[in-house]
Amino acid sequence: MIVQLARIAHTRSGDKGDIANIGVIAWQPQYYPILLREVTPERVKAFFGELVQGRVDRFELPNLHALNLLLHHALGGGGTVSLRTDAQGKTLGAALLAMEIEVDERELTD
Amino acid sequence: MIRIANGQGFWGDWLEAPVRLVDGGPIDYLTLDYLAEVTMSILQKQRQANSELGYARDFPPLIGRIAKKVRERRIKVVANAGGVNPVACARAVLSAAPGLKVAVVLGDDILERIPELLAKGYEMRNIDTDEPLSIISGRILSANAYVGAFPLAEALATGADVVISGRCADAALALAPMIHRFGWQPDDYDRLASGIVAGHIIECGAQCSGGNCQMDWQSIPDLANIGYPIVEAEPDGSFAVTKHPGTGGRIDSHGVKEQLLYEIGDPRQYFTPDCIADFTTLHLEDAGPDRVRGCGVRGAPRPAMLKASISYHAGWKASGTLVYSWPQAIEKARAADRIVRQRLEQLGLRFDEIASEYFGVNACHGPAARPAGDPPEVQVRISVRGADKQAVDRFTREMIPLVLTGPPGGTGYGEGRPEVRQIVAYWPALIPRDEIGTRVEVVE
Repeated sequence: MIVQLARIAHTRSGDKGDIANIGVIAWQPQYYPILLREVTPERVKAFFGELVQGRVDRFELPNLHALNLLLHHALGGGGTVSLRTDAQGKTLGAALLAMEIEVDERELTD
Repeated sequence: MIRIANGQGFWGDWLEAPVRLVDGGPIDYLTLDYLAEVTMSILQKQRQANSELGYARDFPPLIGRIAKKVRERRIKVVANAGGVNPVACARAVLSAAPGLKVAVVLGDDILERIPELLAKGYEMRNIDTDEPLSIISGRILSANAYVGAFPLAEALATGADVVISGRCADAALALAPMIHRFGWQPDDYDRLASGIVAGHIIECGAQCSGGNCQMDWQSIPDLANIGYPIVEAEPDGSFAVTKHPGTGGRIDSHGVKEQLLYEIGDPRQYFTPDCIADFTTLHLEDAGPDRVRGCGVRGAPRPAMLKASISYHAGWKASGTLVYSWPQAIEKARAADRIVRQRLEQLGLRFDEIASEYFGVNACHGPAARPAGDPPEVQVRISVRGADKQAVDRFTREMIPLVLTGPPGGTGYGEGRPEVRQIVAYWPALIPRDEIGTRVEVVE
């Protein structure tokens, strides 16, 4: 079945220059493998479309059941150069919650 | 065990927070983080105008408010409030709170040394773009190396009540008391890394105790009285994060995880001046109401290079807004945008970038925004930036005329013509550690 990422994870996002970072945290430890399977750099880049001008890196934190995503050239130049309202990418984590992922109903234990 | 509280996550954070941390229960150290990247350039300008300024001006009056209790309870304050003028900051603290002992950490300010460092062959290439610093020479407004926790610990060792630094790594503010009290050495990599992780958790203040927390945010109690975080640090490097009883907010492992991941890169290599911390080795667990425990962090030796934060003039920018209402609010706003762009073109004005956003449609999430339908109202925000200040200024005259010359029903122009603002951009670079000599002075 198709669900939104919000069903299994919460996020927080911020900036480092023109790179936006999104921390993606599984609601339950058993959802971490779903994050690994579904939240791939390719899908994240496709989800944000032209907002992300560069690559997407993904780092794994199995100890926290979390991923760290780096979205390169995603903030219109970043910092004070950016003309965006959200020049620090504070809302991009929330945006990602709408990304559709595929899960087996039996994987959703809560 | 020592209790380290952080009462300020940035300059402009809640003024009451440090006072409440002192009043609300036991703490041994109060840290305050005032410096964002571009703050240094603002402070540099203030010092150029007045040699007694150039520091966080909120800080001396705050110390005045808490001085009595700080002295009675032997609480030590560690803050990067010094900006580009830590000595002047120390003098202001002494006049607001006579009798306190104040120590400053100097040596991070390298603005005057840039020509010398370039002449020595240090290119100070931009970490993000790889361009050499020479391409912006003449436009540099401030330059500071990030110093670590050891000079701050040295300042604590003078017996100072208040330690003031300029640019230092944010997490170093919390690590310094641990080094000072537990006698940690530069090769205690794991313990230093543990202190850095604890410092990272509290460096943004209430962002680890319920503020800006997505996890079940509606259930977080009493954000109006949010409790700022306190780290209870142990000599072996393990720690607990908590807050004063009776305060609002919430501390649990989910909220702490959100903060751990905030604005980091590769979690296996979190670079600081004192060590490289591996966030993937942290063992984190809930340990009761509003209490999270951490241990097991591994660290690697400190890097040979220090990060420098350089700011420079990068042109001018301005943003103007107009509001359009239902029906066809989006279409009206887009039509207004097309008209402005056409008029700028006809004037022959050139900009590095023109960007348009539509509040209520896509201003936050851009192409990833959910469909807006036919909303009750939309605000269009048009922004330009470029090297030519006059062109940017001319743009600011092109928004309000839309009210009478554009699509129907334009409103929301009450704040008048947009302001032209200088762009002070940030240039991160590396500088060999040996070039940065720090020293501690007690200011009487």
